[in-house]
Amino acid sequence: MHRSFLRVFRNGELLRFKFRASVAFNKVLPQTYYSTSEADKPNFPGSRSVFVSKLEFIDPDNAEGIPVYRTLNPEGHFIDPSQDPKLDENTILKMYKDMTLLNTMDRVLYDSQRQGRISFYMTNYGEEGTHIGSAAALNPQDLIFGQYREAGVLMWRGFPLHQFMHQCYGNAKDIGKGRQMPVHYGSRALNFVTISSTLATQMPQASGSAYAFKRKQNGLCVVCYFGEGAASEGDAHAAFNFAAVLSCPIIFFCRNNGYAISTPTKDQYRGDGIASRASGYGMLCIRVDGNDVFAVYNATKMARQLCISQSRPVLIEAMTYRIGHHSTSDDSSAYRSVDEVSYWDKTDNPISRFRHYMANQGWWDEEKEKQWKLDSRKMVMKAFAEAESEKRGRPESLFEDVYDEMPDNIKRQMTEMKNHVKLYKEHYPLEHYQPLS
Amino acid sequence: MKMATFCCRISTVARHAKALGNTTRLLTTSSHRCAQQLTVRDALNAALDEELTRDETVLLMGEEVAQYDGAYKVSKGLLAKHGEKRIIDTPITEMGFAGIAVGAAMAGLRPICEFMTFNFSMQAIDQVINSAAKTFYMSAGRVPVPIVFRGPNGAAAGVGAQHSQCFGSWYSQVPGLKVISPYSAEDCKGLLKSAIRDPNPVVFLENELMYGISMDMSDEAMSKDFLLPIGKAKIERQGKHITLVAHSKSVGTCLEAANELAGKGIECEVINLRTLRPLDEETIIKSVIKTNHLVTVEGGWPQCGIGSEIVARVMESAAFNYLDAPVLRVTGADVPMPYAKSLEDLALPQVKNILTAVRKSLNIK
Repeated sequence: MHRSFLRVFRNGELLRFKFRASVAFNKVLPQTYYSTSEADKPNFPGSRSVFVSKLEFIDPDNAEGIPVYRTLNPEGHFIDPSQDPKLDENTILKMYKDMTLLNTMDRVLYDSQRQGRISFYMTNYGEEGTHIGSAAALNPQDLIFGQYREAGVLMWRGFPLHQFMHQCYGNAKDIGKGRQMPVHYGSRALNFVTISSTLATQMPQASGSAYAFKRKQNGLCVVCYFGEGAASEGDAHAAFNFAAVLSCPIIFFCRNNGYAISTPTKDQYRGDGIASRASGYGMLCIRVDGNDVFAVYNATKMARQLCISQSRPVLIEAMTYRIGHHSTSDDSSAYRSVDEVSYWDKTDNPISRFRHYMANQGWWDEEKEKQWKLDSRKMVMKAFAEAESEKRGRPESLFEDVYDEMPDNIKRQMTEMKNHVKLYKEHYPLEHYQPLS
Repeated sequence: MKMATFCCRISTVARHAKALGNTTRLLTTSSHRCAQQLTVRDALNAALDEELTRDETVLLMGEEVAQYDGAYKVSKGLLAKHGEKRIIDTPITEMGFAGIAVGAAMAGLRPICEFMTFNFSMQAIDQVINSAAKTFYMSAGRVPVPIVFRGPNGAAAGVGAQHSQCFGSWYSQVPGLKVISPYSAEDCKGLLKSAIRDPNPVVFLENELMYGISMDMSDEAMSKDFLLPIGKAKIERQGKHITLVAHSKSVGTCLEAANELAGKGIECEVINLRTLRPLDEETIIKSVIKTNHLVTVEGGWPQCGIGSEIVARVMESAAFNYLDAPVLRVTGADVPMPYAKSLEDLALPQVKNILTAVRKSLNIK
């Protein structure tokens, strides 16, 4: 009995091997057979190159690093005027206002966590350029899979301040029904998939959505944001390989901000950043200065065009710096110097470079800056106060959306909860909640 | 992860088919109307084919599902009929194609994600649980993930510890998932079709040893509109002395045991769970109130198993007061599966184990 099992198994393997070999053989036979070249080309399935007789290993350390594409100098002038995307004044002002509004919102929500008003928060300091530069270059219908530090993308698409606040408070007006931790935003209307806490899970999912887009031929692409730390997850490999093999229209946008919580890039990878991996997967790639909003904009615009017209993935590695702590659960002074942070904050900051450009155009000045600071702070505080005084959701919403229709066991739990709360209502702070039905 | 394609031992299957043939003929109430027989494999294949034909958004992806017709030939002929856009061979990364399937579902497709066996789904469990099962809830009902994860589950034959285990209890613990563990060809067809049409993520646990077994199919079951409700158990055999509850292949073992006991005047009621989540406790409770005795049977391990859950539910229900004896569980042995056939047989529930449990429950020699 055992022998027959083994024989079947071996026959199965053998048949399969033969089958595969014959496919490959048919493909290469004509070329090989008629070749007149002295140096035959290798016919191994799955490679394309030449034979050599010199014993030599390839050392990536000998190669020049992948260059960083930049358009603006620190004073806000175009290094090569041909790279100016010539955006109009209104667009430029919206870009600037979104970046700075994001900043102000971060400050208020970060402090509110420190005061114990919300449980958690993550700031976007230093990475505003990658958010707004990329978001502005996309079609608003393009589907976004964020990691968790892409609030600026959502802001660019028109997610209102009070919605950010409602989400962080998990109150009755949170469109996410208070289900998720702060900063795990999502909006179907704005084509922004709800953030998943588990690192890099969004990456293969983004490739899957891009496959659906490829089938629909809808002229849109998927954009998947991730950090250089997330790129170490197995999911990243799966996402790159599947997107390339299935020829999916997707932009993988890596925010290389120098740190994965406390882990610096030198402890994260040995090679030349994340961009160097693209060629291994057969992907197009570019590395950009993430603190140069126009460089990010141009690269994203071109990547979008390439990935849709050629139906293939494109990788953008935006080099930037995380000025804030990883999250409110982190104190980054334990692993990096104040001087280092201060350099990026003061000397190479995406917002200040962009402001120089605006001033050079005559679109911005000290007066406007002062006024906008006041106005934006007011807007944020108004939304903040609104969210804080808002009631919490209906208690029974706890049981909704586990399935599209509520099964009996969950209905029973809900009924038990309602009866219990009604019976002992004096022990529950029901005045803070929307009423039980 | 990939293992060598494994085949079940022909003689085991033949023996099993014979036993099943006997019991089904005796037990199926509608047997006189059954014009046809179908293997479990062909029933699954028909379900896939019909749903792929019915709905353009349905697609099948996994390792070897297209060119090779599936490691167990469940997807035979589907590539030729539905094309490579719908039947997709993927690179060998479970986490990858499970994630791709979740993303495709988020973007409006209805993927069927085949794990060559559920043992390999461990590589992808984060995508199944943290993403597929929870996204609808976490997005406040905005992002549905209609997806079917399917493939063979439970012990096969002679493939050792890493290829022989039941994941029924693992997945059935997770809110947001529906978990189906079919037994017969009819179950497979009707439930797989329902799973594909269901808007929620469904884990569909097949059994490799059942693939080659031919079973009766009623005329309704042969129809392309045949659906079975998810969450409803089936009473495979009526009885009044004791209730046997099982899922998947163990239902067949229970039917064999019931057949043997019937000759001794003991009438077992055999419940085929069909769905593990949501669990049809009503059918079990009603039956126990009638028979006053309960034995659960499963191929999986005892701790936190499906049997444990059933015992707990019965304790908490009205049926508790009707029990005349403690509930007993017949399960796989609490060890990783050994390879040697002699040991493997001992590690899985056999008819004799069920007979012993029934005698113990009824307090007869």
